[in-house]
Amino acid sequence: MKIRTKMDLERMKEKGLEILYPKGIKLSVGMATCGISTGAQKVYETIQNEVEKSKLPILVNQTGCIGFCQREPVVDILEPGKPRVFYQEVTPEKAVRLVHEWMENRVVTDWLFFKMEDEEWVVENRCWGYRIEHQPQGLDGISLYHQVPFYRKQLKIALRNCGLINPDHMEEYIARGGYFPLYKALHEMKPEEIIEEVKRSGLRGRGGAGFPTGQKWESCRKAKGNIKYVLCNADEGDPGAYMDRSVLEGDPHSVIEGMIIGAYAIGAHEGFIYVRDEYPLAIQKLQTALRQAEEFGLLGDDILGSGFSFKINLFRGGGAFVCGESTALMASIEGKVGEPRAKHIHTTESGLWDRPSNLNNVETWNNIPVIISRGSEWYSKIGTEKSKGTKVFSIVGKVNNTGLIEVPMGITLREIVYEIGGGIPEGKRFKAVQTGGPSGGCIPESLLDLPVDFDR
Amino acid sequence: MTQSEIDTIIEEYERKESAILAILQRIQSKEHYLPKEDLEYVSQKLNIPLSSIFRIATFYNALSLKPRGRHKIDVCLGTACHVRGGEKILEKLERELKISVGETTKDKRFSLDSVRCLGCCSLGPVAVIDGQVYGRLTQEKIPSLLKEFK
Ligand SMILES: Cc1cc2nc3c(=O)[nH]c(=O)nc-3n(C[C@H](O)[C@H](O)[C@H](O)COP(=O)(O)O)c2cc1C
Ligand code: SF4
Ligand code: FES
Repeated sequence: MKIRTKMDLERMKEKGLEILYPKGIKLSVGMATCGISTGAQKVYETIQNEVEKSKLPILVNQTGCIGFCQREPVVDILEPGKPRVFYQEVTPEKAVRLVHEWMENRVVTDWLFFKMEDEEWVVENRCWGYRIEHQPQGLDGISLYHQVPFYRKQLKIALRNCGLINPDHMEEYIARGGYFPLYKALHEMKPEEIIEEVKRSGLRGRGGAGFPTGQKWESCRKAKGNIKYVLCNADEGDPGAYMDRSVLEGDPHSVIEGMIIGAYAIGAHEGFIYVRDEYPLAIQKLQTALRQAEEFGLLGDDILGSGFSFKINLFRGGGAFVCGESTALMASIEGKVGEPRAKHIHTTESGLWDRPSNLNNVETWNNIPVIISRGSEWYSKIGTEKSKGTKVFSIVGKVNNTGLIEVPMGITLREIVYEIGGGIPEGKRFKAVQTGGPSGGCIPESLLDLPVDFDR
Repeated sequence: MTQSEIDTIIEEYERKESAILAILQRIQSKEHYLPKEDLEYVSQKLNIPLSSIFRIATFYNALSLKPRGRHKIDVCLGTACHVRGGEKILEKLERELKISVGETTKDKRFSLDSVRCLGCCSLGPVAVIDGQVYGRLTQEKIPSLLKEFK
C-alpha cells in the first residue's frame, strides 16, 4: 500500500500508536550495538523463551539506545495504567525474575533505573501521558525520567525517538509525528520556502565545520545542472563519537525524511548515504528502513502523491578515516580511491560525478523534519546567538556517568561534566575534558565555564 | 570465487563501475581475501585497469590481498579503549593465538587487527569479532570467548 494522502498517513499513525502503546504489556530491550555488546541479545532471547514457556501475556520488543551507556543492557516495561519502568544492567537471570515479579504486580526495585509517566513528542509539540491508574508497590520513591540528573538538563531533538521506538517499524516513527513534516514540505511549501526556513532556523552542519545548512542548500539549488545529488555523511570516525550510529540504529527514518525534504528543496532526485564499514547494525537498520519507505511510497516516484521523485542508495565505506572528508567521500562513491582533492571548486557546484552535490551529516539531516514541523522561530530560540539548536555529545572517560547526551548549545562544560556526567569518580580533581571532532581537543579546568558552541 | 559467482555479483550491481568497492567487499567476505585471479576477472569484466583495482584493494582497510582467517578479530585502540587497557587485550590475544597484530593463524581460523574507535567507548575495552561487538573485556574472558569460534 502506498501512502498518498494525509488520511493514509493518519491511518498509519493509528496503526503505529497501536503497536507503540499496545493494550497489553510490552517489554523492550535496548538493542543498539553497545547494548548487544554487553549481552542484550541474550537478555532478549531469554525473555522471549520465558514468555513462551510460561505463556505470559507479554509482547517482547526491540528498541534503540536511551543514552545511558554505563547502565546497559537496559530493559523497559510498559503496561497500560502504570508508569513505564526502566531497568538497568539487566542480565538473563535478572530478566526472568523481573518479568515474573511484574506479573505479580511487583517491581524489583534494586535494578530500577527510573520511571516515565509521559513522553515528549517534539515533532508535534505534544506531551503524551500514560494515564496512570496505579503505582505498583515500590515505585513511589523512584525518580521520574526528567528528574534523573543524567537526563534533567537534556533536550532531545535529534535523539527524539531513540530508545522509544522500534527502528524496524516505520509505523512507530509515523506515530510520533514522523513523515508529517515531509507531507507539509511537499504539499504546502515551495522549495525556496523550505530553504528560507532552514536558513532562518540557524541550523549549522553537525559534521564538524559548522557550515550554515540553509546557505549550503541554496548554493546547491542555484548551481547549474539538471542532475544533482544529496548525500549523507555517516562515516563517523572521530574517537569517542558515536552519536550518528545511535541515530541510525535507533531512528533511521528521521535521516531518510530529512534527506527527502532536502532533496525536494535542492532539486535532487538521487541520494546516497555513506556508512562507515564498521557499523554493520546501522547498515542493517537503514536497509530495512529504506525498503519500507520504498514500499509505502515515501521514496521512489510521486512521493506522497506530490509528483516529486527521489531515491536513496546505501553505500558502505571501506574502512578508511579520510573518507569522512567530503571530496574523499564522493571519490569513494565514484569507485575511486577515497582521497581528498583540492577544493577550489565547491562540491555544491561540482561534487559527485562533477554534478552539484549537497553533503550533510547524519545529525544535520535528522534535525530537518523537526524544523519544518515546529518552524524556524521555535528552533532558533534554542541555543546561543550563533549556534542554534542542540548538540549530541558522547561523554566518555573519567566521569561518573558516561553516555550519549543531547543538550542545548550554550550549556557550559561544567554543567555537562558535573551535573549530567555526575562529576569525577571518587572525588578526584578535574584534570581536563576531551571534546570530539577534528577540531576537538583537551579543555582544562579554567575553561569549564565557557558555553559549548561551534565557535570554540 | 568462481567466475559465475562473480558474474552474479557484478550483475547485481548492474555492472556499474562505481560499485567496485561493494563488489570487492563481497568477494572479501566470502573468500576472506581478494584472490589475484578474481581481481583479474573483475578488471576484465568491468573494464577497469588492474592497477586501479590494486590501488583500491590496498587503500581500504576492509580489503586484503593476503589470505585472512575465517574469523576476524579487531581490537579497538581508540583513546578511550587505550585508557581502559585495550593493549592488554591485544597482548593477550597475541599470546593466545600465537600471532602478532596484522597476522593470521596458520589454521586460518583467526586474523587479528586493531581498529580506530568503534564508538562503544564507555564499554571499553572493546573488540569486534565477525562484526559483533564485545564490551567490558578482560584478559580472563579471552580464552572462553575464542572457543565460541570454530
Ligand atoms: C578528515 C576529515 C574527516 C571527516 N569526517 C567526518 C565524518 O566522519 N562525518 C561527518 O559528518 N563529517 C566529517 N567531516 C566533515 C565533512 O567534510 C563535511 O564537512 C560534513 O560532512 C558536512 O556536513 P554538515 O555540513 O552537515 O556538517 C570530516 C572532515 C575531515 C577533514
Ligand atoms: S550509545 Fe550508550 S546507551 Fe546507546 S546503545 Fe551504546 S552504550 Fe547504550
Ligand atoms: S575508543 Fe574503543 S570504542 Fe571508542
